[in-house]
Amino acid sequence: MSYKVGIDVGSTTLKVIILDEQNAILYKSYERHKSCVREMLIKKIKELQEILQENSFKVSITGSAGLGISQEMELPFVQEVYASALAIKKYYPQTDVAIELGGEDAKIIFLNGALEERMNSTCAGGTGAFIDQMASLLNVDLKEMDELSLQHSKIYPIASRCGVFAKSDIQPLINQGARKSDLSASIFQAVVDQCITGLAQGRAIEGTVLFLGGPLYFLKGLQERFKETLQLDNNHAIFPSLSPYFIALGSAMYADSQKIEITYDDLLTLSQKLLDKTSQIEGLQPLFKNEQEYVEFKERHHTHDVAYTNIEEYYGNAWLGIDAGSTTTKLVLIDENNHILYESYTNNLGNPIDVIKKEIIKIYHKIGNRIHIVHSAATGYGEALMLDAFQLDFGVVETMAHYRAAKYFNPNVDFIIDIGGQDMKCFRVKNHKIDDILLNEACSSGCGSFLENFANLMGYSVKEFAKIATFAKHPVDLGTRCTVFMNSSVKQAQKNGASIEDIAAGLCMSVVKNALYKVIRAKNKDDIGKEIVVQGGTFLNDSVLRSFELEIGRNVIRPSIAHLMGAYGAALMAKDKQELKSSILGLEDLENFTHESKSVNCGLCKNHCNLTINTFSNHKKHIAGNKCERPTIGRIKKENLPNLYDYKYQYLRNLKTEKGSFGKIGIPLVLNMYEFLPFWHTFFTKLGFEVVVSKPLTKSIYAKSQQTIASDTICYPAKVVHGHIQTLIEDGITTIFYPCMSYNVDEHMSDNHFNCPVVAYYPEVIQANMKLDHIQMLSPYVYMTNQKVLVKEMRKCLTEHGYPCSSKDVKKAMDAARIAYREFKNKVLCEGQKAIKFAKENNKRMIVLAGRPYHIDPMIHHGIHHLLNNLGFVVLSEDSIPKQVEMPSIHVLNQWSFHARLYQAAQFVSKHPNMELIQLVSFGCGIDAITADEVKAILKRNQRMYTQIKIDEVDNLGAIYIRCRSLQAAMEEREEDLCKNSQKK
Amino acid sequence: MQEFTKEMRKTHTILIPSMLPIHFQFLKRILINAGYKVEILQSEDTNIIEEGLRYVHNDTCYPALLVIGQMIQALKSGKYDQNHVALAITQTGGGCRASNYIHLLRKALVQAGFENVPVISANASHLEKNSGFRFTTKMLWQLLFAFLYGDLLVWLRNQCQPYEIHKGDTKCVVDQWIEKLNEQFNSIQYIHLEKNLKAMIHDFSYIKRTYEKKVKVGIVGEIYMKYSPLGNNHLEEYLMSEGCEPVVSGVLDFALYCLENVSIDHVYYRRNKQVYGFAKIASSYIQHLQNKAIKILKKEGTFRYPESFKEVKDCSIDMIDRGVKMGEGWLLTSEMVSLIRQDVNNIVCCQPFGCLPNHIVAKGMMRKIKNKYPMANVALIDYDPSATKVNQENRIKLMLSNAKFMEEFDKV
Repeated sequence: MSYKVGIDVGSTTLKVIILDEQNAILYKSYERHKSCVREMLIKKIKELQEILQENSFKVSITGSAGLGISQEMELPFVQEVYASALAIKKYYPQTDVAIELGGEDAKIIFLNGALEERMNSTCAGGTGAFIDQMASLLNVDLKEMDELSLQHSKIYPIASRCGVFAKSDIQPLINQGARKSDLSASIFQAVVDQCITGLAQGRAIEGTVLFLGGPLYFLKGLQERFKETLQLDNNHAIFPSLSPYFIALGSAMYADSQKIEITYDDLLTLSQKLLDKTSQIEGLQPLFKNEQEYVEFKERHHTHDVAYTNIEEYYGNAWLGIDAGSTTTKLVLIDENNHILYESYTNNLGNPIDVIKKEIIKIYHKIGNRIHIVHSAATGYGEALMLDAFQLDFGVVETMAHYRAAKYFNPNVDFIIDIGGQDMKCFRVKNHKIDDILLNEACSSGCGSFLENFANLMGYSVKEFAKIATFAKHPVDLGTRCTVFMNSSVKQAQKNGASIEDIAAGLCMSVVKNALYKVIRAKNKDDIGKEIVVQGGTFLNDSVLRSFELEIGRNVIRPSIAHLMGAYGAALMAKDKQELKSSILGLEDLENFTHESKSVNCGLCKNHCNLTINTFSNHKKHIAGNKCERPTIGRIKKENLPNLYDYKYQYLRNLKTEKGSFGKIGIPLVLNMYEFLPFWHTFFTKLGFEVVVSKPLTKSIYAKSQQTIASDTICYPAKVVHGHIQTLIEDGITTIFYPCMSYNVDEHMSDNHFNCPVVAYYPEVIQANMKLDHIQMLSPYVYMTNQKVLVKEMRKCLTEHGYPCSSKDVKKAMDAARIAYREFKNKVLCEGQKAIKFAKENNKRMIVLAGRPYHIDPMIHHGIHHLLNNLGFVVLSEDSIPKQVEMPSIHVLNQWSFHARLYQAAQFVSKHPNMELIQLVSFGCGIDAITADEVKAILKRNQRMYTQIKIDEVDNLGAIYIRCRSLQAAMEEREEDLCKNSQKK
Repeated sequence: MQEFTKEMRKTHTILIPSMLPIHFQFLKRILINAGYKVEILQSEDTNIIEEGLRYVHNDTCYPALLVIGQMIQALKSGKYDQNHVALAITQTGGGCRASNYIHLLRKALVQAGFENVPVISANASHLEKNSGFRFTTKMLWQLLFAFLYGDLLVWLRNQCQPYEIHKGDTKCVVDQWIEKLNEQFNSIQYIHLEKNLKAMIHDFSYIKRTYEKKVKVGIVGEIYMKYSPLGNNHLEEYLMSEGCEPVVSGVLDFALYCLENVSIDHVYYRRNKQVYGFAKIASSYIQHLQNKAIKILKKEGTFRYPESFKEVKDCSIDMIDRGVKMGEGWLLTSEMVSLIRQDVNNIVCCQPFGCLPNHIVAKGMMRKIKNKYPMANVALIDYDPSATKVNQENRIKLMLSNAKFMEEFDKV
């Protein structure tokens, strides 16, 4: 017998365990390796000399970063899930399910019944690294976060789809002033949800559950969330004391089964092989060929420095601009010559109000009576909050503020790209107007915080990171994708022996490539523009700036205040107003200023929005998180603008049925049912069924059904189906009708009339994954276009399921159903016409919110249509647009019925002034990758703007609000121009 | 939109992106014999993906990115005279996104400045016409045999290569047979299935092999990801290097599945009145050939034989309706079940990230398969422009160690 050494090289930590002859633990360690895997391991081996020198021993390596190392050292390798299964079998044989969270991986092992082991798919965050990021976002360390979470009083719903998503959910909550304790617990809950949807994939997590891995060992709050969600008592939730070392333990056990024994000297020699490894990968071109190039580059960019005026010496008027961004708050005070008197750039620290308060007080102290703030403006995510809190004079749409600032540096600017901490914005400018706005989707956020996180992960500050990147010799090509993918790319590069410098430079380049090819989708160098201004904090990083210039092959302007452009623009716009009086709080008010935030559930309607109410010392209130205006202005709506989304939804909800001889039949209001409910509702009612439509989905029922979702990357509308079926089950329905439809209705607007595969066949997935033991599910394959076939199929289906009916009855019911369907379609069209007429008469702007019928589900659209109403738009739907005489020319195969309507709508919008189109796209909708480009092309051909909004579980309208407001501003500008032009004539 | 005209047959080289390395060598010869100038694109340059990302919407599925990237890379390489080159791409015409590849290709060509390059649509649904390119009956006949032979070569190769004692022996036999069959396509000889197949089995059985037991791993998935080494990072080779025997079913099953769907559409919806009769005849003839080949394999006895299409088709009838016909549809579920029934419990299912039909037929059906066949050990691998090889390999490794674990678990 000999010692057994298990080494677990994880993505963020290195774990070692040594077992003696009796399999007792002789040594264990757990350390972060900060990506210096090789060095760390060699150091560790040296440390082990004392213990290992005497004996020969067996070794095995495991872990996500261990594969390459084991190959180089020629030591046995064991897959990490296998290793933990070995250890579980020995130490906790009663386990039914084991859940393990690591730095970047999440795994699940089902041990009862059929063995199943699973890892998180390539697109899933919600792991240790994600918790780290969130902690830094909240500006607390892990320990504090854990303690805070235990004091929570409520849980916010946070998207659990992917870490990056969750992040964009949390940010606005921070800005709204939500409590850190609640946020911490919500973050842990998101991790739990992610774990369950991502890994369980339809198999229930029951029995005795073993929790493994660092985060689940150290974080009590996370343990609590898991226990509560899975409804486990202390006997059924095991958190082993060896949890962080468990895989290393399994690895040591695996070593025992190996034949080869080695001595300490052998191990030492083998470890030397790790050092000999030099970079194998062919790198990219270095950022700078030589020192001289770097100097020239620096000098060129110095010409765009902004001038400063000494605030201590200046007398006169000044203008203030505040940009309350997602992670940072920027503030600029300018003088008569647009020179900067005062600037600040501070991390929100999770509390932007306090930060701004301090800054403004600082300014008041500096300016005394010499300088007079004559006007002020706010912009950014926290715009409304700032206006209410400090009584600034006016708010500016973020995009306009940025454009105003860029214009200052280059009046002919035709392209602006802003990469900030969390988001990326690009504007194309045409005829001195913003023509096109591109924002990063929540998924592909290769932004500033991304670099920062990587830098921290490797033990550097961002500044140091940028510096070491500058002179990297062979930057690594890391591709362009979201953070989770990037982690594995970096892992691969490390495995191949790339240096920190090369990885740093590679990351800077991938930020740029992500922006160019994912967000802007530039086809060639001239595609993006000629007069380019780059801004945002990320571009202060010379390596990113240089990568950008190299990639597009053109020099660009980067102002020295790249990170303050929003605030600078706001200040310039405040000055443009030429007002002489400001409502901003004075010094005395500020010093007495306090604020308090609390969160409540709004009770004014069924939405039950999570409201965050900030109360200021002047008794003013700021309410955030609401989806409509009712909580802010009381129960009465300001004005009732037509809204086809509401109209359609109400229509479907108010269909009448009656008790019948066949009893109840449940219909889930999902996917294609939003189109055909009037049809089936009438059909079944006429046949003698009492039709029960699934009630509006609640978050808690959806959460219950999450375990049955088979594919975590499927679109959200499909995931919601599980919730609706669950709703029906809980209402005691035993017969459910939910048909499959390869083909949709043929509206003669397209070459074929398919449904997308998900809409067509989702009932199959429901039957395969949900527990429907006492439920009879009717899922015939129906074909709406051929009456005869449909009658036959329905009769067969009903008879087979114990509802015998004659062909004649079925046919009669079907005729009535057809009339009901046609009536619904006509009513929607009429209502659309009415809305257009109303808009014209009352001089209102219109938006065609073009999506799919199922986008009217409140769970799916998150209230976007009300937001548009609140901005003064009349809201139309894509199917309220009459069929166009002239078919739009389309360059793809137009073969899906629902999508053909989008092209029609785009064509219609192009012909109507005062109307714009917003395309709603579900995240993960593969077909919209094709349609989006076409809809855009139709609109562009007619000089119209194209706006796309991607929707998912994320229940926050912050970014969407900015887009809609930008669109509104652009429409206003366009109208003003038209006015001016007609006056000229 | 440039059409491929009759005159171009002589002057233009048609570039075809590779998918099935063996089959497409036959395809090339058949097209050349028919008077076309043809080249199969084999390049695996890293900038294929980059070109794809640049010219195709990034959320489009991975095969489209690869195929279009490969073509644009070829055009940009300067190897071909831009005025004398054409491209060919298949078009399926189902409800999946794949029917749109050709349109995405055309858009990409315009953006890359190659709008004058004609694009040929190879489809069976009469979606587009190209006056200069036509499959004659003779060509179709030859293609049928070519694909049958191709399937058989892959089937036999996979049973030899992992066990060969002298490295390269199997490849040698495969290459010989590609040459031999290509020679036969010059005449009518290729039609002698029995004679050819017997000789083929004979040649393969003479390869010196070890008799160790290796883990068998089935490969199923979206058609391009399943077969194309460029798409799946040489999955077959990788599995062999990991000491496994890959089991890959033939592409003719996919063709039969498509024909079957024509009939199913008729039965379900009374569509395809004109063509369904033809589809039935074609299907039964192809099945006749396939069954003949299986019979010979069975009789010779040296190698395992695949299940017939009918067996494959019927084995998932209790799991998924035949109406699911987009992408690989019910066939994919069937193939997994068929593999398990042949004791190949370990399966890699390849799909492009976000593949719509596979949400239903692969991921959506896993629970049912697992419930009925608890020994099933399936790794669902998503392929994506940025998913690294390490990531994929780690998941395959998990599946393989699972295989080992399950064996031991069973003993306990």
